[in-house]
Amino acid sequence: MSDFSCVVEQVVKRYPRHCALDGVTLSVPSGACVALLGHNGAGKTTLMKLLLGLTRPSSGRVRVLAEDPAAAGAGFRRQIGFLPESVTFYDEMTGQDTLAYLARLKGVDRQQCVALLAQVGLTEAADRRVKTYSKGMRQRLGLAQALLGRPRLLLLDEPTTGLDPILRQEFYRMVLALRGQGVTIVLSSHLLTELEARTDLAIILRQGRLAATGSLEALRLQADLPVRIRVSSEQPQSLSEQLAGIRIVRSEEKMLHLAVPVQEKMTVVRHLTSLGPLVNDLDIQLPTLDDLYHHFGHLQSEESSAA
Amino acid sequence: MKTITIIAIKEIRDALRNRWVVSATLLLAALAFGLAFLGSAPAGAVGAKPLAVIVVSLASLTIFLLPLIALMLAYDALVGEAERGTLLLLLTYPVSKGQLLLGKFVGHLAVLALATWLGYGAAGLAVGWSGGGADPQSWRAFALLLGSSVLLGAAFIAMAYLVSSLVRERGAAAGLAIGIWLLFVVLYDMGLLGLLVATRGQIHEQIFPWLLLGNPADIFRLLNLTAFDNVRSFAGLAGLSGQIPFTSLQLVFALLLWIIVPLSLATMLFRRREP
Repeated sequence: MSDFSCVVEQVVKRYPRHCALDGVTLSVPSGACVALLGHNGAGKTTLMKLLLGLTRPSSGRVRVLAEDPAAAGAGFRRQIGFLPESVTFYDEMTGQDTLAYLARLKGVDRQQCVALLAQVGLTEAADRRVKTYSKGMRQRLGLAQALLGRPRLLLLDEPTTGLDPILRQEFYRMVLALRGQGVTIVLSSHLLTELEARTDLAIILRQGRLAATGSLEALRLQADLPVRIRVSSEQPQSLSEQLAGIRIVRSEEKMLHLAVPVQEKMTVVRHLTSLGPLVNDLDIQLPTLDDLYHHFGHLQSEESSAA
Repeated sequence: MKTITIIAIKEIRDALRNRWVVSATLLLAALAFGLAFLGSAPAGAVGAKPLAVIVVSLASLTIFLLPLIALMLAYDALVGEAERGTLLLLLTYPVSKGQLLLGKFVGHLAVLALATWLGYGAAGLAVGWSGGGADPQSWRAFALLLGSSVLLGAAFIAMAYLVSSLVRERGAAAGLAIGIWLLFVVLYDMGLLGLLVATRGQIHEQIFPWLLLGNPADIFRLLNLTAFDNVRSFAGLAGLSGQIPFTSLQLVFALLLWIIVPLSLATMLFRRREP
């Protein structure tokens, strides 16, 4: 088995009206859980389609499980599970029949359907027609079909949209359990949530280009985002005079917003507490994943506008 | 092969579940029984007519109805799945586009055959037995009708797939399917008739039969009305047989071409299409 499940080299995908991917190079290590991040239209779904072999790149090379997905046969597809964005099924079929049909197509034993339906909590709704299902139930049926035949590579396109927080937790638990079994997981998202935070690798796409890639820890270091400190004070004017050398992002009537490099956080906090009655209260905000995501998203747009 | 069977069975189960099979069978049976037992009511008599006459009436009914049923059954086979979003998922399974199309074809054909054979078969048996049995030649003509009806339906199913692989919206596919029905069932023959009138029947008798091969419905008509003597006499085509330069086998072959060519074209177009 090769070290990388998916390798994408210099891939460009042009459609008649727009360029969905513009020279993307990346690789997904085997057994990793990878978050593919980006706004709507950043090229996430196109990248998924290329990995699935549903479409061919305009130029560049795609290798998935050491094969060209667009030319690969049934054996390749049996090793892949896919959950499309807002998955749809045949309305008139029951959940059970739908899964059984897909299992037959994939050459999977029917026993597995029962177990999978139980795993996603659809046992009771199994003999109801899919058209009576809620969005969350469809999504869970979608996950069940993606897991048919114990795939080596799982591609999940926006898997948690439409799931309520409890279901989302359950979903994370299942996905993370799979990672423990050596399944490579690629999931796309336009939001950073708890799951993406627990992934091994984040790939951030912006307008069809790679904006950043690496573990979230590495990206956090690389971005070097400031800690934000909110200080409330009765006399913001005299307080700001005491804060020479510290960047004040915004000042309001009784509130100052400071941006401080991570290393200097404690120094600044000590200084603030030593100021006595000038400071009423303070509130520290560490850079969130969303800040990180926006940082890399905007970096790219600044570069392209400068170019 | 296994994949094709799985898809075909799914299509058949779909058609059984949404009562498509039941309604098509009942419609065909009702019309067939109507033609068989009430066809002579305007003349003041109600009763079964000879099987050979039924074959002539049913052949005309088939030409109008079966293409329409086939087109309605199959026009959204691909575009419908694409629009619903199920095609995207299906193509990530170990299913090739050729297998998907062929599986649907087998399934739809089975559904059509079931409806036609049950509907017509019931009427045919009733007529045959109520008249104290028919001669063997009439039975053979009736069997030919049943078999060629399915071929005619298959040709229109194949054309429906062609439509379905060409367009992006179900509505457009439905419109085109109706257009195909109009073209082959109504307009083509009117055009030929117009041609005959315009040329005062001077159109070369070598060319005219070949023009009939340009329409699967006409091939079906020729095949059923000229294959057996007794049917020919009832159809008023007794004198025509000498002028038709094709054998029954050649006509069946032409009908098969009308299935294979559109189906191959549809497969080719579908393969090129990206979800």
